[in-house]
Amino acid sequence: MSARHPSPLPAPAKHQSVAAPRSLAEIEARIDEIGAYGENPEATVRELLSLGEDVLEHWLLARGKVPSLETKEDFRLLALHRQGAKGDPSFNACRETCRELAYHYNLVILEPEHPDRKKRARLAAMIARHLCLFVSGKIQIAGLGEFCCASKPLRAGGE
Amino acid sequence: MSDTTNNNDKYRSVAYYPGCALEGTGNGYDVSTRAVARELGLGLEDVKNWNCCGAMEVKNIDPGLQTYLSSRVLSNAVNLNRQDVVMAPCNGCYHNLKKAEYDLAHDPKSKEVVGKLSQKAGHKTYEAGQAVTIHALDWIKEAIGEEGLRQRTKGKLAGLKVANYYGCMYVRPRHIFPEKDRGPGSESTSQPHFMDDLLAAAGAENVSFPLKTACCGGAHTLSDSDMSTKLVLNILHAAEASGADVIATECPTCHTGLEMHQVRAEKRFAKKTSVKILYFTQLLGLALGIGPRKLGIHTNISDARDLIIDKRLS
Repeated sequence: MSARHPSPLPAPAKHQSVAAPRSLAEIEARIDEIGAYGENPEATVRELLSLGEDVLEHWLLARGKVPSLETKEDFRLLALHRQGAKGDPSFNACRETCRELAYHYNLVILEPEHPDRKKRARLAAMIARHLCLFVSGKIQIAGLGEFCCASKPLRAGGE
Repeated sequence: MSDTTNNNDKYRSVAYYPGCALEGTGNGYDVSTRAVARELGLGLEDVKNWNCCGAMEVKNIDPGLQTYLSSRVLSNAVNLNRQDVVMAPCNGCYHNLKKAEYDLAHDPKSKEVVGKLSQKAGHKTYEAGQAVTIHALDWIKEAIGEEGLRQRTKGKLAGLKVANYYGCMYVRPRHIFPEKDRGPGSESTSQPHFMDDLLAAAGAENVSFPLKTACCGGAHTLSDSDMSTKLVLNILHAAEASGADVIATECPTCHTGLEMHQVRAEKRFAKKTSVKILYFTQLLGLALGIGPRKLGIHTNISDARDLIIDKRLS
């Protein structure tokens, strides 16, 4: 477990069909909630991974893409990130954040008795929160969200 | 770039490109970089008549002009300073100079634009390959090396727990950094470690820090300050949860963002964090026995006096 790369441990298959994910604000609130408690580290990281996928789905849907159901290195999260970075290399700024989330998922699941398991789950929540905030910001900057209804006509009108 | 014991003469005297930030908010980085150079006997010669690298503002409007501006810095280093190594401590400057180098080597259109603008401005056109751009981390790692630092610092940073924060631009995009990811000893674009290596050589204990290359929210500072504050707060919380006493930085923009939003987080969200923020050159300077004032630590927003006293760093 020295490498910070996802191990072959299969991540839980989540969405068999892609429905509209909950809002980014709701995701952020949920991450805050479970990060604050985290009594069950395994359940916590499973949900955080799922929330991370929801976050990336937002980015893809906002750009008119259908979120992939494939996996990369056994993680759908990593496949979604790769899909999200196609055509927008700046999205790679969150590549390592996604990999850290997968890594911390592995740490908790593979070492359920480790004395640091709660700390690891808490860090996973911070990583997931960062991903959520970063994507929220990217959507704003790309003018894809509804963050400011007053400016939307200007942005939509273009030059 | 693979020698951990050092002594690459090529890097012992370099052209120094501080960039705009180090003359302003990042002054502590500039002061400490120069102080460390003096202490280590390394030569820093300011690039003559340097200009802005094009940063984000120009790049967003006219990428060709940004390439030209960065190429002019390189041209001046080569033709006015007669140097073929340019050291840029700011991640933004470093990124832009590396990108200009890449574009001039691979994109005929960029080469044409730079040629025309250089001719119009009346200076020699920079040609790809005339100089190599390095970061301050490369500079110390190559010119002094870990063993050299170990001998000079004698474990002075022992007992100090450090979260090394590189930001998102130091290693991105990978294709403009051909010297990285070359195996043992080279810098990694996925898990950068040069700052970890240097500070460990000075005795520090590096904590495992999962957000070392995460976005600091710099791009949102004006458009959505709350978003920036939340991103920074998350980094600060993660550093504290990782057990760090201090976050070491190597970029003036990231550093200023962390400092400003640490204050703002307390005012705006009533979220207080106590982790300190210092440039890695300030930490290395302390390890070398240089006084805090000579390292510009008093010019930081983050007040590290208690930490310096508690850890007997000065």
